[in-house]
Amino acid sequence: MARIVVDPITRIEGHLRIEAEVDAGRISNAWSSATMFRGVEIILKGRDPRDAWVFTQRICGVCTTVHAITSVRAVENALGITVPENAELIRSLIAGLQQVQDHVVHFYHLHALDWVDIVSALQADPVKTASLAQSISEWPLSSPTYFRGVLNRVKTFVEAGQLGPFDNAYWGHPAYKLPPEANLMAVAHYLEALEWQRDVIKGHAILGGKNPHLQTYLVGGMAVPLDLDSQQAVNAHTIATLQSLFKKAKTFVEQVYVPDLLAVASFYPEWTQWGAGVGNYMSYGDFPTTARLDPAQLFLPRGVVFDKRLDAPQPLDMQKIAEYVAHSYYEYAGGDGQALHPFQGETNPRYTGPQPPYDFLDTEGKYSWLKAPRYDDRPMEVGPLSRMLVAYANGHQRVRELVSFVLERLKVGPEALFSTLGRTAARGIETLVIAEQLLGWLDKLAANMDRGDLVIHNDEKWDPSSWPEEAEGWGFHEAPRGALGHWVRIERGKIAGYQAVVPSTWNGGPRDARGQRGPYEEALVGTPIADVEKPLEILRTVHSFDPCMACAAHLVDVRGRELAQVRIL
Amino acid sequence: MQSPLSVPGRESVHADEVLTARSGDETFYQALRARGVSRRSFMQFVGAVAGMLGLEASFVPRIAQALQVQRKLPLVWLEFQDCAGNTESFLRAAKPSVDEVILEAISLNYHETIMAAAGHLAEEVLQKTVRESPGEYIAVVEGSIPTADGGVYCTIGGRTALDIAREVCGNALATVAAGTCACFGGLPAAAPNPTGAVSVSAAVPGATVINLSACPFNAANITALLVHYLTFGRFPATDNLGRPLFAYGKRIHDACERRAHFDAGQYAERFGDQGHRLGYCLYKLGCKGPATYQNCPTVRWNEGMNWPIGAGHPCVGCAEPYFWDTMTPFYERLPKVAGFGVDADADAVGVGIVAGTAAAFTAHGILKSIQRRRAEIKEKEPSGSESTEE
Repeated sequence: MARIVVDPITRIEGHLRIEAEVDAGRISNAWSSATMFRGVEIILKGRDPRDAWVFTQRICGVCTTVHAITSVRAVENALGITVPENAELIRSLIAGLQQVQDHVVHFYHLHALDWVDIVSALQADPVKTASLAQSISEWPLSSPTYFRGVLNRVKTFVEAGQLGPFDNAYWGHPAYKLPPEANLMAVAHYLEALEWQRDVIKGHAILGGKNPHLQTYLVGGMAVPLDLDSQQAVNAHTIATLQSLFKKAKTFVEQVYVPDLLAVASFYPEWTQWGAGVGNYMSYGDFPTTARLDPAQLFLPRGVVFDKRLDAPQPLDMQKIAEYVAHSYYEYAGGDGQALHPFQGETNPRYTGPQPPYDFLDTEGKYSWLKAPRYDDRPMEVGPLSRMLVAYANGHQRVRELVSFVLERLKVGPEALFSTLGRTAARGIETLVIAEQLLGWLDKLAANMDRGDLVIHNDEKWDPSSWPEEAEGWGFHEAPRGALGHWVRIERGKIAGYQAVVPSTWNGGPRDARGQRGPYEEALVGTPIADVEKPLEILRTVHSFDPCMACAAHLVDVRGRELAQVRIL
Repeated sequence: MQSPLSVPGRESVHADEVLTARSGDETFYQALRARGVSRRSFMQFVGAVAGMLGLEASFVPRIAQALQVQRKLPLVWLEFQDCAGNTESFLRAAKPSVDEVILEAISLNYHETIMAAAGHLAEEVLQKTVRESPGEYIAVVEGSIPTADGGVYCTIGGRTALDIAREVCGNALATVAAGTCACFGGLPAAAPNPTGAVSVSAAVPGATVINLSACPFNAANITALLVHYLTFGRFPATDNLGRPLFAYGKRIHDACERRAHFDAGQYAERFGDQGHRLGYCLYKLGCKGPATYQNCPTVRWNEGMNWPIGAGHPCVGCAEPYFWDTMTPFYERLPKVAGFGVDADADAVGVGIVAGTAAAFTAHGILKSIQRRRAEIKEKEPSGSESTEE
């Protein structure tokens, strides 16, 4: 048996560590540990609730914007503020574009290299690569000349001897199964996606001034003005630019991302058997379909699926959310055996782990800076797979169409969704579902402007003197990585308590007081490991959840001797 | 005239020698050509960089020459108490095909978020850079460094961020603090600073640190900083906060596209009102542009597409130290300048604001707490600092 240490991965953007035991070629047990803490919730105490979104946005710079929208929704919920329809539409446009851009970046720049061998691409025949590309998509960059050019660029790069960010990877590992031509095609699209992501995200700059860390939210609305007769506001020129960017986004998803996903997945059918995890899926739902944010009228529905029971989706009751700290570096005033609802939540850090530098965590005791959130006392997976499963189970027409399409193309049944590959495929399905909506939301905004509705902010309760002595509320959002909730208590105009329960906490949290593993931990159990020094399999499953940052991993055997390190991207 | 390739503390090297001696290394220009970038595009890029650095056209050939003969500068990028926002910003940098190559102009030996995947060799590359090229590589640090409780609030591979920073930054030619957290402690250091988070310069007192503040930093500024070094063999002049003057030499207020409205006394009073829609000054809605130094208004963001004030939201002052404490509440007119009227002279207002900011520091006791914190850190440091050369 070998003890594998993967360090670090993250809380959201921080650092995450996984320790696992490998027995007879399979992972027999796993622990997920966050190794960075900043205390944002503590820093927020006593501050102006209208400022909170600027602070919380900095929890994460990769899925930037998600903690901003959640924060303003929490304060609006607490104060009973209704947001103008235009502001809801702008929020949907920003959040939708974030989903699409972020998912594509995840697939090509963070996850693809688990499946794609760049060095193998050097052996590819450009003519055959062109045939392959043209057989799966109408994407115009598919000629033999184009792929020869890409091949030459890669060759020149490799032959110069400075591989830079591509140095020392697991090129040649037997678990890579794509033919050279598929690898070359994927490498070409890796490079294209790099340029694409930079381009389409300009939509965030238009609506929010900049990306990352947009600067446009307001409690009660948004700050970007609308006026067809002003050159300093969203006008016809802006709308035309956004249309162009959204079309570009959708076309790339349709013609590059989804075809690539299907092509790559078809070579890895065994990955529909592993990585299922806890089998419970939760979505808060998002993207209002009416003028107001009504939880019952969301484009992606709210709900819960237990035990993979797609035939029996449950409604979500936010009162059933609670967090444990039995294995987390915190203490509760009332004892660590209990679970607290976020409104009663406490953040009292108390590190009891080994003093650094250390080799192993004490996984019998506290071993993570993440709390362990539970719903109805059960661990839940959140993210694209959860959203798609909840939508599927609730009869969402477009999601059902696309899920069926993908399952047919891969010649697998619905049970294949509960896996590492299912998680990765669900992300692609979701990207298309949302990319298809962006232009429609923009049309609605333009139609409102055409009618003379330029309202972006409800400032009836902007002045803190209009607030009640005490108030509490929660804000929700479906971030790229999953269900995100902020809970805020306001007393005499100031923040009295703030709790963020983030997707990576749901997915990457440690065991609870009852010893139940979190989703990362559970998903890793049973995963085969062909070579403990090159645990590509761990990367595949952990990356399928889209952990928020790149990490380095250390492989250490039971005697503590360092065997290898693994980079987690 | 100093050779463009001279390095402080070392003999200057002539361009031809570099070409001969290091013919095996790919230069930035060669890398560009290999990627199909034309000479013309290259010169356009050089011209843009010169403009950014505030240089005259006569410098363009000099920069071009430097980029053609300079060997790739090794660079390692570390992430501590960060959100990766500066990394993301870096990935959105400027002109698509060119900034990709900028990654190759330097030799990006280590960057957790960008590196493909690597076994133990990834960590070896970092160690190799530090041990074999001391004083010859650039370290970029993103995020603050926690010092409380022995540094347990951020560990990587079982080592504390402080431990790693001392080794890697202590041996670097220079360290670029990327973003306000690395420059000044940033968000984690906001009151009450639960983890004892500090800046790079506070954590590694002996290191040469150039601060590129803002939340996140603008990628255009690190590009210009690196080109400045490659071209002139030294780092640019900085303000008293260690920030390059080419990027932090002017107040946002002074270069703001809405300045004429300020001077004319035209203000947005509410979000979405007519003044707001017509691009009037955001001062009354809380804009911190008059107290913030950065080239945001001229460089803008996302390839010049826009910037926060351009999109109708007040500046929050994110490039300034301790802005989380001194610039908040964000929607209040921070400098409560008495008698500030619509016809007040703008520069007089600016002076009042600086005074007001200083007063805010004192009033909140923040300066004192920072000094106290720094004193505590000093106490915690070992009496003999670790050797930086092995």
